[in-house]
Amino acid sequence: MPSVPGPSVSSTRPAGAAPGKRRILPRADRREIAAIFAGGALGTLARAALSDAFPRSATSWPWPTFAVNITACFLLGYFVTRLQERLPLSSYRRPLVGTGLCGGLSTFSTMQVEIVKMLGAHAWGLAAGYTAASIGAGYIAIHLASAMVRRTRVRQQRVAQ
Amino acid sequence: MSVLLWAAVMLIGGTGSVLRFFVDGAVSSVAGRDFPTGTLVVNISGSVILGLLTGLALSHDAALLAGTAAVGSYTTFSTWMLETQRLAEERQQRKVLLNVAVSLVLGVTAAALGKLIGAHL
Repeated sequence: MPSVPGPSVSSTRPAGAAPGKRRILPRADRREIAAIFAGGALGTLARAALSDAFPRSATSWPWPTFAVNITACFLLGYFVTRLQERLPLSSYRRPLVGTGLCGGLSTFSTMQVEIVKMLGAHAWGLAAGYTAASIGAGYIAIHLASAMVRRTRVRQQRVAQ
Repeated sequence: MSVLLWAAVMLIGGTGSVLRFFVDGAVSSVAGRDFPTGTLVVNISGSVILGLLTGLALSHDAALLAGTAAVGSYTTFSTWMLETQRLAEERQQRKVLLNVAVSLVLGVTAAALGKLIGAHL
């Protein structure tokens, strides 16, 4: 719906929006915030349930954190590539799935605390292996998911020709 | 495990994700988008807070709500990796190494420092 300038629409503007002021916080509408919140709530629930179901010591491999982080990387790589390069721009898919679900599902801080606990327990090899495997597998997951989306597009274009 | 506790996990997790969106956006608008500084600031600030909570030795439910739900959802591993992979696709090798190394060194240092402070509180 095109907006018509003039006094008749001024009441629909947000009260705090001053057009001349420099904006630091990102622009976000209520639907976008709701999408981030909903995705984040679901991702956090999945991660917390998994972490609670499988408690582990400082000297064992943190499978729950490792699993959610790599899964979130694959999902994020898949959805961001699809949304950016294939689907028409949407105002709520990226916040819902990317910022919300994948961001809530994955965690950086828990991984850092796990590494600190491993170092504290003098499990040097485990700390190095866990760090390298997380970064390596996370990177590869995003690379593979992105490649998968792009290959599907190429194949569909070939069929269309 | 009560339904109420898990409902709180979801509410706090959603709020942590929204907070990450605003902190990332605010930092990126100040620092620019050439380097993923927004995610870096989110992850390092989250690591120091989670380290602090770990040092405090909270009860199971308190650790689940404040640590796993709040700080866990605020920080992100997937966006850190996505931004690193996209920098690599743009052949910005120096920024790739910098983003991985700086996040890790500062992340572990922040978590260790937070844990130390928490243990002395």
